[in-house]
Amino acid sequence: MDAGRPMQPAIDLKAVTCTFGERGGVEPYIAVRDASLTLADGEFISIVGPTGCGKSTLLNVAAGLLDPTSGSARTFGTPIAGINRHAAYMFQADALLPWLTARDNVSLGLELQGVGKAEAAERSEAWLRRVGLGAHGHKYPHQLSGGMKKRVALAQVLVIEPRILLMDEPFSALDVQTRQLMENELLEIWSAEKKSVLFVTHDLEEAISLSDRVIVLSAGPATRPVAEFVIDIARPRDVTEIIHSQRYLEIHKLIWNELKEEVLKSYRRSLDVAP
Amino acid sequence: MIKSATKVTAWKVWITRFALLAALLAAWQIAADSSKVTRFFVGTPLRVGEVIYEWFASGEIYYHLAITLIETLLAFFLGAGLALVVGLWLALNAFWSAVLDPFIKAINTMPRLILAPIFAVWFGLGIWSKVALGITIVFFIVFFNVYQGIKEVSPVLLANVRMLGANRVQLIRRVYIPSALSWVFSSLHLSVGMAFVGAVIGEYLGSAAGVGYLILQAESTFDIDVVLAGIVVLTIFALFLDMLVTKIESWLLGWRADRG
Repeated sequence: MDAGRPMQPAIDLKAVTCTFGERGGVEPYIAVRDASLTLADGEFISIVGPTGCGKSTLLNVAAGLLDPTSGSARTFGTPIAGINRHAAYMFQADALLPWLTARDNVSLGLELQGVGKAEAAERSEAWLRRVGLGAHGHKYPHQLSGGMKKRVALAQVLVIEPRILLMDEPFSALDVQTRQLMENELLEIWSAEKKSVLFVTHDLEEAISLSDRVIVLSAGPATRPVAEFVIDIARPRDVTEIIHSQRYLEIHKLIWNELKEEVLKSYRRSLDVAP
Repeated sequence: MIKSATKVTAWKVWITRFALLAALLAAWQIAADSSKVTRFFVGTPLRVGEVIYEWFASGEIYYHLAITLIETLLAFFLGAGLALVVGLWLALNAFWSAVLDPFIKAINTMPRLILAPIFAVWFGLGIWSKVALGITIVFFIVFFNVYQGIKEVSPVLLANVRMLGANRVQLIRRVYIPSALSWVFSSLHLSVGMAFVGAVIGEYLGSAAGVGYLILQAESTFDIDVVLAGIVVLTIFALFLDMLVTKIESWLLGWRADRG
């Protein structure tokens, strides 16, 4: 049995529910209810859904930053307790340490894990070059443009060689051109390194052009996956080209039909709540 | 636009400044010469200049300046160090932070210069009573900055460093302390300045050395010229100290956007 055991999924969430503010005396807020999700090893999944629907909550559970109120979360077969050591997390907001240079930001993860100085320097330098910042290692974050900061952040999480990459709207703050460049680079790195990627975005275009599968979440609160689409567009892909293909348009229409309803629901709810 | 405008007239500004200073000194001298009574109360700029010149020519002042400087630096480093430790502890420990909150508020509200006589009794007339006074002032400036610095660490930054593999100790060393220090550094002018004030006031209230002591002595013999000379030396010294802090600050905070 053991020898022929199939590969364990990189992330396996079963009936995960996350509730906030239970002890505060106020009515508890159910962010996610009964959500199940499986990320196969080497797979690229995008999660789309209306704004504020708890996409990041699922990502935080996968990262081990948040314990689900109920349900189980596993990574490569073992329950996630504390930080998920197989995973690296790329945040939507700027998460570089402002007092460290780009080079030191990238080597931080290696140093924290006890890798020797010389080796850490060598590996982070290699990653800086790979994201096109070989000449900018000595600069502090405030001296870098938005796109460059994202590159440093990408190098920072990839240098520790995680098996899973969790990304929370990482490129949402970038302009369209820079963003497409970054998406292509991400795809290149992903296919070369064979990581498993869980990518949260509110941008359907981005989700389709990057992923193997797109999962649509319902409007919050009590979010859960409502639909799932396999993106059968051949790889390697170029995100600037793919959006003109016939298949892309078909898929886009299919998913949008599903997503539209949730977005409208979420919109109506936000109007109800507003004073 | 504004920058270039000031640049063009920079020499005019300087000339006007010197003219203004010269006019003030002249008016002072004339007023002093007008009657013996005024002279007794305000001294004369020439006499003040003479006293200062003698101090430096004979080298007498260096000893007193050194004492004041040592007191200032000791008060700053001990006060800031203590504040860093206590601030770190309370910012990361909600229970003790809640327990000690009213005590900290009370001690901070108290006018602490009033402690000088007590410190003189406890630590004698040497440098330590001045250092103690300086510490009580510096401590609270730095403490509140450290506390704030730690409370304001972005949760995303913390989550990021934790995901990169940091344990609790590494989190304190790599995130909390640098963040707290950056707040301490940005209040450097204030805390060094207050350490200096603590030292001088301490000396003035009872001492055997230091520039504050020189002023105290002169005052007891109603020698207003020496009192004023002491004040001038202190002012120049404080300006020099402040320039030094600016240099150190730009070196320490080179990573910050607002100091391109």
